[in-house]
Amino acid sequence: MAEPAVPNAYGYLTPQEVRFLDAAVERLIPTDELGPGAKAAGVSCYIDRQLCSMWGTHGRNYRCGPWLDGTPEQGFQSRFTPQEIYRIGIHEINAYCRAKHDRYFEFLSGSEQDDVLRALEADQVALPSLSSKLFFDLLWRNTEEGYFADPMYGGNRDKVGWKLIGFPGVASGAYRDHIDNPQPYRVEPVSILDIELRQAQTDAQGFAKHVMLNKGGSKV
Amino acid sequence: MTTTRMKPVDAVIVGSGVVGSIMSMELANAGLKVLCLERGRMSDPQHDFVMPYVHDELRFDRHSDIFQNLSRETITFRNNASETALPMRELGSFKPGEIVGGTAAHWGCNARRFLPHDFEFRSRVSERYGRNAFPEDCTSQDWGVSYDELEPYYDQFEHIYGVGGKAGNLNGVIQPGGNPHEGARSREYPNPPTRRTPQGEIFAKAASELGYTPFQGPAAAMTQDYDNLYKLRLGQCQRGGFCSSHACSQGAKANPLTAVLPALYRKDNVEIRPLCNVIKVNTDSTGKQATGVTYIDARGRQVEQPADLVVLATYCFNNTRLLLLSGIGTPYDPLTARGVVGRNYSYQSGGRVHVFFDDREFNPFIGGGMVNTSIDDLNGDVIDRSGLGFVGGAYVAVASSGATPIKSKPVPEGTPRWGGEWKKAVAHNYRRTFAIGIHGSCQSYRQNYLDLDPTYRDANGLPLLRMTFDWHKNEQKMLAWVYQRCIEIARAMKPAKHAAHHIPTKYSIIPYQSTHNMGGAVMGADPATSVVNKYLQSWDVSNLFVVGGSAFPHNAAQGPTETIGMLACWAADGIKDVYLKHPGPMV
Repeated sequence: MAEPAVPNAYGYLTPQEVRFLDAAVERLIPTDELGPGAKAAGVSCYIDRQLCSMWGTHGRNYRCGPWLDGTPEQGFQSRFTPQEIYRIGIHEINAYCRAKHDRYFEFLSGSEQDDVLRALEADQVALPSLSSKLFFDLLWRNTEEGYFADPMYGGNRDKVGWKLIGFPGVASGAYRDHIDNPQPYRVEPVSILDIELRQAQTDAQGFAKHVMLNKGGSKV
Repeated sequence: MTTTRMKPVDAVIVGSGVVGSIMSMELANAGLKVLCLERGRMSDPQHDFVMPYVHDELRFDRHSDIFQNLSRETITFRNNASETALPMRELGSFKPGEIVGGTAAHWGCNARRFLPHDFEFRSRVSERYGRNAFPEDCTSQDWGVSYDELEPYYDQFEHIYGVGGKAGNLNGVIQPGGNPHEGARSREYPNPPTRRTPQGEIFAKAASELGYTPFQGPAAAMTQDYDNLYKLRLGQCQRGGFCSSHACSQGAKANPLTAVLPALYRKDNVEIRPLCNVIKVNTDSTGKQATGVTYIDARGRQVEQPADLVVLATYCFNNTRLLLLSGIGTPYDPLTARGVVGRNYSYQSGGRVHVFFDDREFNPFIGGGMVNTSIDDLNGDVIDRSGLGFVGGAYVAVASSGATPIKSKPVPEGTPRWGGEWKKAVAHNYRRTFAIGIHGSCQSYRQNYLDLDPTYRDANGLPLLRMTFDWHKNEQKMLAWVYQRCIEIARAMKPAKHAAHHIPTKYSIIPYQSTHNMGGAVMGADPATSVVNKYLQSWDVSNLFVVGGSAFPHNAAQGPTETIGMLACWAADGIKDVYLKHPGPMV
């Protein structure tokens, strides 16, 4: 799989944060016999780009005080932006890992990493500055997005997420006539990035021209 | 702040969504000089919403800039009056729009009429089951107008929005293939129904075996090229998915952008002024007559716009908030149950039963435009409710909305949330599953209401609207009963597994549920329990009309957009045929 042209061209994350995220997201969506995991899919790069976007500073969120914890039903009430949650969260989780295992998160064994992630998810790690569940939920949400969003956002490299589930990406104009057809529609997925790079063709209305696959997954 | 005063217009319409666009059109057709004010930006669909860039789940579903920008204005929320309401800091449960075209720019095209029963809910249920059929705190009420009066306006709206479907009741005669429980239609739908997907076929077969009557639910994504009532052409839907939450690149989704606004731009007696946020309806010294509105324009200037007629045509929240900010009508007080503005806030109940097959594969990404196979047998007053212990009901549907990969990958119960087992389950199930959706009614209650927040303010320094809302036992009982029926249907499909969502005991602002927020400025026959009369005219200020989801005294099962559009057509005719001839209270 192609590496990014400039491997360290991260806009917000530090190299140490990238190592943490590469290790964590690979536990969340691992490489296995079904295909590449989240690390190879570029999920850390996706997260970095999101953190550089308006979303990274919650530019469209309501951000006036007073800031109260509220009930679980009242939703996100942290005064931290996603940029701050990642920066502070990774630092404090690494401190937790060093206190417990004398190593940074990325140097723990896979099962130790899973234990840490499960503890974060269950809000059982008492981080000094934020809820460990808040960090985990954001990480998992962004990992899923990065693995399944269009590759133009830096993740889902080589469309691995779409190939995993059989999602064709940009729709074809042929769908209308296939809608009541029980035959599985299996194609090589087409991304917006493919179309921008002229690696996929479109019809006059801009819909993707799909290349059909047979059941084994090879092109027909 | 100095205020700029503009030249008077005949009518100022606040909002350019489903209601504002139709209102502007109909009043302009009557010869009025119309100004439509919209807080969102202008869009050019042929440049802003083009292929392949609209087929982008991240941009439209997660980070959309056609949804409300909460950094300037949001609501606060609490489950009950003993809690402190906190701001909805990010979008979740619902997604109001902020663009010329409004929330409907990204609606899902579900275009059902309410049942006749729904407009006379309180009377009809009381008549058949007794007054005690209602929970004690339930404030759902009759609308002050009947389905028969409104039918021509449903028909009008369907011919603006090109709704595709099959009539189930034509002038009282039940028709095969349609919804036999619907109110009588005066004529067929303007477009044919959607084609049935293989998933819909499995559902239809199972539902028929159990004695239900499946039909293709009506949808406002074109089933063929269509020239609408305003002489605009809408193209046939390609069923490419990326529909609800998304703008449409094909002009196939009927909404203000495709079905109304292009015709409005051609009229020289209408102006649409974007990026203008109305903050107040102004009244004269008597408080009985509106003199116009005050808004903040794109450059931040405060502007006074005089008008003979004011129509509030915004989302449920802002219609209610503008009345409260303007001091029009008595605010609702839940302690005394007196007052009307903010009363009867309701939402939409719902649920899902997922079915997972091992031996069948589908094409879940094909769809959109509300392609669906439905039953309406569990709704309204179709079945005898004696002994069930709840009021209301649900329609049930298998919809092919175009399953996008970030959010639409259900896995069977017991699957871990992440890791290798989750990955295997997602890979196995994405193409082998679909959901039976439950779309249920929501009654209004004494404790669920809207008022102004005492603490949090918007970017202009004005109080945010505060929502106090929780689910009540009636809706939980109703859902539990409908879930049982859906699980029976699911079993009849013989899937490998099925999984029912749990019924929430507390309402949460976090997960997306529906952009179906209703009430707060409800219509009715009695000024003690309604803000507007049957013509959507303010009881207090006769040249002010408040039209939209805010007018629903409670929410029916069917999805509100078609009824909101119908009310716009109905209110516009009332203004043209009655009000303009004899300005003053119409009731």
